[in-house]
Amino acid sequence: MRIHSFSSTFALLAASSLACVIASCSSSDTAVVVEAGPVALRRLTAEQYARSVHDVLGRHITVPSRIDPDDRRDGLLAVGASFAGVTPSGFEKYEAAASTIAEQALDAEHRDDLVQCRPESPTGADDACARAFIQRVGRRLFRRSLAEAEADLRVAVAREAASALTDFYGGLELALSSLLVSPEFLFRVEEGEPDPSNPSRTRLTSVSMASRLSFLLWNTTPDDDLLTAGENGELVEEVGLARALERLLASPKLEIGLRSLFSDLYDFKQFDDGLVRKDAALFPAYTQTMIEEAKEQTLRTIVAHLAEGGDYRDLFTTTESFMTRRLGVIYQLPVASAGGWEPYLFPEDSGRAGILGHISLNALHSHAGRSSATLRGKFVREVLLCQDVPTPPANIDFSIVEDTGGELRTARDRLEAHVSNDACAGCHTLMDPIGLALEKYDAIGMSREQENGVPIDTSGELDGTLYDDAVGLGVALSGHPNLGPCLVRNLYRYAVGRASEPGEEQLLQTLGERFASSGYVVSDLLREILLSEGFRTTSGPREAADTGGTP
Amino acid sequence: MKPFDRRTLLRGALAGGVVTMGIPLLDCFLNEHGTALAQGAPLPVRFGAWMWGCGMNPARWTPATEGSGFELPIELRALDRDLAGGGKLRDQMSILSGFDVKLDGRPNFPHTAGLMGTLTGSLPLQDYTVPAPTLDTIIAAEVGGLTRFRSIEMSCTGNPNQSYSFGSQGVANAPEISPGALYTRVFGPEFADPNAGPFTPDPRLMLRQSVLSVVKEDRDRLLQRVGAHDRQRLDQYFTSVRQLEQQIDVLLAGPPDLESCQKAPTPGTDDVGSEVGQSMATNRVMAELLSFALACDQTRVFSMMFSDRISGLRQPGSSAQHHQLTHDEPLDPEIGYQPEATEFVYASMEAWADFIERLAAIPEGDGTLLDNCLVFGHSDVSLAKIHGITGVPMMIAGRAGGALRPGIHVAGATAPSTRAGLTIQQVMGLTTESWGSRSMEATQPISEILA
Repeated sequence: MRIHSFSSTFALLAASSLACVIASCSSSDTAVVVEAGPVALRRLTAEQYARSVHDVLGRHITVPSRIDPDDRRDGLLAVGASFAGVTPSGFEKYEAAASTIAEQALDAEHRDDLVQCRPESPTGADDACARAFIQRVGRRLFRRSLAEAEADLRVAVAREAASALTDFYGGLELALSSLLVSPEFLFRVEEGEPDPSNPSRTRLTSVSMASRLSFLLWNTTPDDDLLTAGENGELVEEVGLARALERLLASPKLEIGLRSLFSDLYDFKQFDDGLVRKDAALFPAYTQTMIEEAKEQTLRTIVAHLAEGGDYRDLFTTTESFMTRRLGVIYQLPVASAGGWEPYLFPEDSGRAGILGHISLNALHSHAGRSSATLRGKFVREVLLCQDVPTPPANIDFSIVEDTGGELRTARDRLEAHVSNDACAGCHTLMDPIGLALEKYDAIGMSREQENGVPIDTSGELDGTLYDDAVGLGVALSGHPNLGPCLVRNLYRYAVGRASEPGEEQLLQTLGERFASSGYVVSDLLREILLSEGFRTTSGPREAADTGGTP
Repeated sequence: MKPFDRRTLLRGALAGGVVTMGIPLLDCFLNEHGTALAQGAPLPVRFGAWMWGCGMNPARWTPATEGSGFELPIELRALDRDLAGGGKLRDQMSILSGFDVKLDGRPNFPHTAGLMGTLTGSLPLQDYTVPAPTLDTIIAAEVGGLTRFRSIEMSCTGNPNQSYSFGSQGVANAPEISPGALYTRVFGPEFADPNAGPFTPDPRLMLRQSVLSVVKEDRDRLLQRVGAHDRQRLDQYFTSVRQLEQQIDVLLAGPPDLESCQKAPTPGTDDVGSEVGQSMATNRVMAELLSFALACDQTRVFSMMFSDRISGLRQPGSSAQHHQLTHDEPLDPEIGYQPEATEFVYASMEAWADFIERLAAIPEGDGTLLDNCLVFGHSDVSLAKIHGITGVPMMIAGRAGGALRPGIHVAGATAPSTRAGLTIQQVMGLTTESWGSRSMEATQPISEILA
């Protein structure tokens, strides 16, 4: 098992690339024509909200877990965030959350860590000290310095409340609440401006770039250094941007960014929300604790592999992973450590390799009572290969798969009935052969050899590559020409918070070629995206869209 | 209305620095809300939507005759209940059959098109999108400002991320999925209990108001920096801020002066999940909590998702869910329907009956709480097997304060399902004269059910 130090790996990459940029062999290739898409407010996801609070106000704070639901769109919370609003019930919860967060941040035990001045009296107002606190904390929360008027209003709130409550810190709590419920905190504001040296080019402002970088790579609010670089205009300059980028890429916090990216892409929030439910009678071994560990296993596997500069495609073939004893029960594999995590190598005869063999993805793409070859295949086609699978026609005749005398014993039997019908075949031939390769994993990812007494046949073909079983599917997938370009597209959409535009196709293609020539190293891909014109420019603010409601 | 702005006065008292002195001051105007109802004003009329997924079997759900006195069809057998206060449950509601969702050439996105057509009056251009605000939010925009909560959304599916209450695209009102959380939200420490002795407003409420006014000051600065798409979203945000201000106003005004108002008993332990028994139990507990909340005028608008449009209801130990069964289960040629899937239709109608029965159990004025409600029960499709959107099943329960005549079966004869929504809006006091777009535009209410 190779577990390298995370930061040292990136530090090496960082140094070499910075040198490259300064020597003006920048990877943002001017030959690629890019017409980037619009910018929009991006509502903080639940995770970004919690991380921002912890980073700015203290790790001890318990952040309420359910505020306003995130909006998942085009398969990403990061895209939905450009559309999500704040509902009345959502705002009610944001306000309650702000109040409990402010109280914890400024409780007697922690206030001295957060407030760097001491009030004249703890029982009265102190404008100067309140202002210093509001400006410092407000800058981190709003991801820019507060305007004079913004600070003044909050100093006034602190003053009024401190007098009314005869408590300086009680006053600060209210002022802090007013920052936490502000749209300037709940939404990330991204703005464009004309590039003075090329006015037809609308670039993201340096301040906007600070947030873009930070949320993409660390999934949290920018730190002081990055905000300073943003406010000094450094992030619209090649050297300044490269310097900031390399610092962020070299930080251990990049691990958080990678986890967040794959959690979003794979819709792992469903595990956190307790939505992956299984029938208790059919699957007595299934518990919420187990499935959360299964999610963790997959994320650990991905992050460890990518952090050591591993080839992205190998995620689908690697036998390296991590294991707990609880997971070992489901995998029916012995685990040495009694408690906690241990690095783990799936044995050759275990029938498991690559993340498609993990409990997490198989349980997620199953029904409560049975596995689903179709859902699993759909995941691979849509999320891993970026291929569209149309929705079934509304008036389809399902009588073709109706069980006539119980002869269709296995999923393969039932699904082959679908495929023999023209209306179904178009889509099901895309999805089912992939999912059928995974049929030896049941609805909770446990191994089985038979279904209803009939041996399961896992052989199949993926776009021309034949395989015998799930491990073979992983090999076929790792060699699929869409695999790398699809990650490029997904990562790009994640980075800019919207679907890619036609004017970005050439860029995506170039990024795909560079990803391939880097040996599919994800940190290199991130760097290429961040330095690209698509990431740094915009067509302007998003226009309102027609939803069909007007005649 | 009093000739001065209460909040200005409160803030004045606050700025003076002595909040405790503000409290006696409050007495002169506190009862604005509380006594308005006691002094002979009519009891409030409430609107709610109750949705179940995957429809019914039209031939087994639709009454054979129109008007009153129809024989209950087999799939509506749950309505054959005697009410504790006298009378029959079936006489508390009207059945609307044969009303259609019309596509006008737009795609029939499975389970989405029918639902959106009935609830928004328009058909979506893309799957999973919401073309216009849903009925409950249209009504809440009108009457929601009068109560502590603009509306209350609930779900029995256990999914905290999904409701069919949309102010607009991308703004789903998150449902309460846990009876415990619903209880805390409505009857927690902030609830002003009319039976708990003299009322003293919490001084911190006024401080919260001052926080909100600061946020409103952020508005103009931010609006200048964004485009049209974001201006809409920020409008929604600031509408939500105003809503919370109103909510705090209502809290400051003291307990509701309604005879039937009592604090709800605390619910038992949550058992949230998609097994049909869990969803039915959640529905019963939520209905009970809601009935107390309505009796205390905490809200006048609610929506309940009993099951998702792609219904995930399932029986313990079964490998299939309701939605899957509607597509995969063989049609039994002897009986002409899918027996296992149909069990979930029966269960859904039992749950609907439980819900309405509970509202009828609270006495209010000369009748019951239900007499002052209008509850719209509906599904996304008629026959789920083919995603049928002709004859989508709809029911309207309650008398809406005397505006409705229940106990009627109306056959829609292919009229658009938006006629239900139009009727509801007019009964709820909106001045809407037509509702819906293109072939879904309705101009005539369903007069057969009007009193």
